[in-house]
Amino acid sequence: MSDTSKSMALHLGLIAVLFALCFALPAYHQGNLARVMVLATYTIGYNVLFGYTGLLSLGHAMFFAAGLYGLGLTMHHGGWSPVPAFLFGLFCAAFLSAVVAALALRTIGVAFMIVTLMFAQAGFLTILYFGEWTRGDEGFVIQQAARQILGFDLTDPIVRYLAALLLFSSALLITLRMMHRPFGRLLVAVRENEERTRMLGYDVYRHKLLAVIISGTISGAAGAGYGLLFGYVGATFATVQYSIFPLLYVLLGGAGTILGPFVGTLFMFYLIDITSGLTNAYMLFAGCILVLLTLFARAGLMGEIRKRWARWLP
Amino acid sequence: MDFGAHLLLATLEGAVGAAVLALTAVGLSLVFGVMRVVNVAHGEFYMLGAVVAWFVASNIGGSAAIGFLAALVIAPLIAATVAITADRLVLRRLDYDPEATIVATIGLLYILQQVALLTYGPEARPVEAPFNARIMLPLLDWTGGWPKFYYPTGWGAPSITSYKLFVIGAAAAILVVFWLVLTRSKIGLIMRATQLDQETAQAFGIPVDRVYSLVFGLGAGLAALAAVLIVPIQQAHYLMGHDPLLLSFIVVIIGGLGSIRGTVVAALLIGLSDGIISVFFTPTLAKILATLLVALVLVFRPQGLFGTKAA
Repeated sequence: MSDTSKSMALHLGLIAVLFALCFALPAYHQGNLARVMVLATYTIGYNVLFGYTGLLSLGHAMFFAAGLYGLGLTMHHGGWSPVPAFLFGLFCAAFLSAVVAALALRTIGVAFMIVTLMFAQAGFLTILYFGEWTRGDEGFVIQQAARQILGFDLTDPIVRYLAALLLFSSALLITLRMMHRPFGRLLVAVRENEERTRMLGYDVYRHKLLAVIISGTISGAAGAGYGLLFGYVGATFATVQYSIFPLLYVLLGGAGTILGPFVGTLFMFYLIDITSGLTNAYMLFAGCILVLLTLFARAGLMGEIRKRWARWLP
Repeated sequence: MDFGAHLLLATLEGAVGAAVLALTAVGLSLVFGVMRVVNVAHGEFYMLGAVVAWFVASNIGGSAAIGFLAALVIAPLIAATVAITADRLVLRRLDYDPEATIVATIGLLYILQQVALLTYGPEARPVEAPFNARIMLPLLDWTGGWPKFYYPTGWGAPSITSYKLFVIGAAAAILVVFWLVLTRSKIGLIMRATQLDQETAQAFGIPVDRVYSLVFGLGAGLAALAAVLIVPIQQAHYLMGHDPLLLSFIVVIIGGLGSIRGTVVAALLIGLSDGIISVFFTPTLAKILATLLVALVLVFRPQGLFGTKAA
């Protein structure tokens, strides 16, 4: 079995297992897993930039929020139907990420992180500023009657789960395909040695620009999906904390692996789910995990597996 | 109340904010300058200072002044100890790799903040000011050709408390001492040498590891000190580190990463304008403009407004 077919089998296998779980899981975990899959989509988007291209952004919440509000505002105030609203959410995220990329990519390293952080903060404050429409921190609910596509009721748990799976597996397969193609390999080359890649005659800037746009658009798709499937749009999703989450998930799952985002999101989601039942200081665990990961397992769970047992993992 | 009174008050309130901001931001700037570490947990050391100040002030009997003075000594020491421990246990083992330290200090941020939530609780609590006399402020009167001072009376007459004036004075004094230590003393020379070239410093027998620990502790201590000064005016709360962190980032960037002088100038500029703008416009709009300004400064003038060309 070649490496490519092995990885195809693995990822298609995961999607098949998730599909089967839809009918096997109790309602509570079914709802959780749907949420995990949407958040994992967000993390997959983040991983394209951080894991594969090596650019650490601290402002991805703005792309998530762009998708969320692009969909939410048009549905809530404009009365749009879900499909065009979803596409508009994607467009907003793509547009925002293109603008941010054009500005932020002029900086490198620490400055890039702070610039993205500042843009995201400005985005969050903008949402608060237009509180008349966005209802600020309080947020608004997208009515059940509006969340219907072709007669499918997205508020129905099974339909919602399958829609989340569709969103997640699209993002998974798109990134998998991308990483098997020269474009993806080039992103890794930029991460490993930017100077050498440039010397070999590749346009590094253009690849980084595209990486930010792809990453931002996938994150925006997750945001729009979240609004559509769970019906809530609020400014919390634009806070710094929601920029830190995908970083945490990716680091835990393994930066620069295709499965890492899902594994990290799943672990972290259940860790927070369990610990928040014990104490309201559950972010303490997130903090400890971040510190421990940077100290002892820089490669994350899937990264360590790849290093030790399965060199072929994409 | 007329425009002049408004402006005078806004300027004084802005000056209090600017003084505290300058202390906090100088700590962040020092850490970045010497260690090249972006300390995302800096705001939490500020919070730690305020929370410890509350513990000290509420546990020491006697007058408010004794509690406050004790807090002024103890809170920065505790914050510095925590910071030095974090440096030894975590940052040093990461070899101060820029990206890894950012992630680690984000972790540290949550650890400090959530431990404060567990021990101190979610309430906001005040510390009593050691003195708090109300001082009426004079305004200039231009009617009649000659400017002369007069004291407006009645509701809304401009006034400030003696404690707020003390905060401005104390922050200025601390900054002067800090400046003297950095430029005139041996330890300051060692810090500057390490900032300039870490490897050469090491070759000349400077214990760079210990300098790093000291600098990280000093940075945290300055933030804690700033918080003790402000806590009689604003209450101590476990989430209070967020705004000073962002503002300090803004100040440090505008002032030029790692330049102490630029940091102080930028802190005065931003603190004052923040105070004045917040009185006349909505604070949210002011913050949006400030954050966008910072991002654009970083993009188009990465060395900051006052900094020299970055290495």
